[in-house]
Amino acid sequence: MIALAAVAIVLPFLGAVAGLLPAGLLPAGLLPGGPLSGGPSGGRLSRLALGRPRATRAGPAVVAIAPVAVSTLLTLIVALAVWTDPGARTRTLAVVPTGTVPFEVGVYVDGLSAAVAFMVCCVALAVQVYSSSFMAADRRHRSFAALVSLFTAAMLLVVLSGDLIVLFAGWEVMGLCSCLLIGHRRARVALLGFLITGAGDVAFLFGIFVLGVGAGTFSVRGVLAYDYPQATAIAGTLLLVAGFASRSVRCSSYMSHMRSPDVRSPEVRSPDAAVAGTPAGALIHATAMAAAGVYVVARIFPVFARAPATLTVLGVLAGISMLGAALAALVQDDLTMVLAYSTISQVGYMAAGLAAGARDAAIFQLLAHGAYKALLFLGAGCVIAVVGSGLLRDMGGLRLAMPVTFWSMSIGWAALAGVPVASGFFSVDAILAAVQHAAVDHAGGTAPAADSAAPGQGIAPWAAVFVYVALLLTVAVTGAYAARAWLMTFFGERRAAPGAVPVSASVPALMRWPVAALAVPSLVLGFFGLGSAVLRPEPTPTLAGLAMVAAGAGAAFVVWNRDPALDPARVLGRPVRAVRTVRTVLARAFSLGGGDERALLRPVRALAGFAAAADERVVAAAVEGTGRAMRRLGGPLRTTAAGGNPQAYVTGLLAGVAVIALAVVVFR
Amino acid sequence: MHVVYPAVVAALLFSVGVYGVLARRNAILVLMSVELMLGAVNLNLVAFDAWTRDRLHGGQALALFTIAIAAAEVGLGLAIALLVFRTRRTIDVDALRTLREDRELDERDVSAAHPEGAAAERRAP
Repeated sequence: MIALAAVAIVLPFLGAVAGLLPAGLLPAGLLPGGPLSGGPSGGRLSRLALGRPRATRAGPAVVAIAPVAVSTLLTLIVALAVWTDPGARTRTLAVVPTGTVPFEVGVYVDGLSAAVAFMVCCVALAVQVYSSSFMAADRRHRSFAALVSLFTAAMLLVVLSGDLIVLFAGWEVMGLCSCLLIGHRRARVALLGFLITGAGDVAFLFGIFVLGVGAGTFSVRGVLAYDYPQATAIAGTLLLVAGFASRSVRCSSYMSHMRSPDVRSPEVRSPDAAVAGTPAGALIHATAMAAAGVYVVARIFPVFARAPATLTVLGVLAGISMLGAALAALVQDDLTMVLAYSTISQVGYMAAGLAAGARDAAIFQLLAHGAYKALLFLGAGCVIAVVGSGLLRDMGGLRLAMPVTFWSMSIGWAALAGVPVASGFFSVDAILAAVQHAAVDHAGGTAPAADSAAPGQGIAPWAAVFVYVALLLTVAVTGAYAARAWLMTFFGERRAAPGAVPVSASVPALMRWPVAALAVPSLVLGFFGLGSAVLRPEPTPTLAGLAMVAAGAGAAFVVWNRDPALDPARVLGRPVRAVRTVRTVLARAFSLGGGDERALLRPVRALAGFAAAADERVVAAAVEGTGRAMRRLGGPLRTTAAGGNPQAYVTGLLAGVAVIALAVVVFR
Repeated sequence: MHVVYPAVVAALLFSVGVYGVLARRNAILVLMSVELMLGAVNLNLVAFDAWTRDRLHGGQALALFTIAIAAAEVGLGLAIALLVFRTRRTIDVDALRTLREDRELDERDVSAAHPEGAAAERRAP
């Protein structure tokens, strides 16, 4: 079974390698070609290399889909095996000596990693199937698919690795892939973000160092078994949380570059397939990238449970980010962006669950969210394809035009908002219950929630109360933005964007069916939680959550119903660029992830300027001064009769070396 | 095998290389002598790697680097020698002194600070 897991990691990687190979090195069947696909490069190259124009259209799709499909199957087998026979299995495939603490290449499989690995594979498979239909005409489909494959392999490495150093390698490759996926459209922005938030990854790495050196091993098993002193645990986990938080910020700022281009603006000539391909890219970001941070925390959760200060910090960060991101999602005018910000908000839910000590609830939410958010992103792609624009104000009335997408996405929005019997209802409810326990029980002085280590070890009471309030507010806002997006997309009058060219009149089956298939887990996944006592709904949080959802969604409906042709977010103020209304602040997501990285850029620029000045005045001056002095000193030698003879120079050089060596030996 | 044998061989090789670099007049032979010196270094790297039982085999890895760089270097060196021979019909290193620095060129530091003074000086002789 360990072998199966290892193969599941390696397969998408091989797929990525095959996808990135130069066209001439691939067999003919795997090349893009034919009249419809294969741009100037692929088609012609293949003909040149092989002397015949025969190339199947399905080639790139096979390279993209097959490895991920097999991986999905393998992870399913692994997950079923773990389900029937629970317990952690681990095996070390190789030990890499480093001189101090060695690290090992190995696989660690337990219920947590098997479930998350299966979820990752499913999402990746859906993205690959979907984009192979969508981007069939795009000559960059091959590299896109290869990057998604690489992303999948890296994520599986993070999930299944038995060692923190190897996990970090996967984490970095994910960051690189996300940078490259953005680079598909905006290379410079991607590079900038990559450089700036590298600092966060350094913090993450140092967190791993602290934990690994403290335990004397980097293996997950060893770290979990080791009894850390509280100070070590707090230092290590705080660094990890810093890395996680910076990755999430990067993620959100990246996703704002996933904004689909406005078809009305003059610089966008033709809204091509890339417009609707963006949800796929945003999806792989959202689910995999954000989930990776939550997963890492859950993986070594016992260590976090020893560090109450870290849990408090995590809780406060979660509270702020979930509410802020939900508010930002409320006013976005781009369907992809609504979903992107909603993802940040949902990751806040998971982090809140972790902070409250409820690991199972957080992972439950992670899995449910993976299902319904994939559905929503891919459904958004279908909608964008039919409308030809990514903006909410260009949509509307699509209920009858695309029934499959409508019903699937309705389930997805319901799950996101937490409407009963959809999966999101159960998972959000479990988190609400856990946070409520943490808040109330601490105040009452009794034992803390579910699986935190010992009394008095969990999140600080005030933070728990803060998180609880933020959660309830976020649930309401989530209901509001879900209702807004749902109503604006599918109800009201059909609007047409001037200049928007629909990519296809109807949704191709290969795009429609992944969406419909994802509706099933979105609907029924919640019932799996009923088997566990920790995840079962409890009356108080359930009622509170339901009331908040109803309030949020109801408010959105009331405002929308007054004039279905307008955006319900108008009550927050008009979208004026220069004026700082509530709406503009929210639309730019508090300037954190909006259009530019100015908030991050300025300090970095200042620091760089300081470093450059110091370099010029101190370091460079010393170096140049030394060089000039030496030049003067050697002047007479260079201009003697032997000038110009390199051998004379080398003789001088060697004589100098000999003198220095002699001096070292004699005077030491 | 005791480490002194490869060490002595390496020292001898290196000395031969140094002699060649200093005394040979044919540029090709100078290049070959440089290769001898590099070979001596490689021998040392590998020998001491084995002697210290380095678990990471840093010496071997470094030797591979050296070999790769030496290959690149000899390619460049031969190309330069070939071009020099084509233009000048000689590759005698004693005869190739075009890049010699003259006294007035040596005043470049001064000329950067006072361009017109240096120009006047250069015209004077």
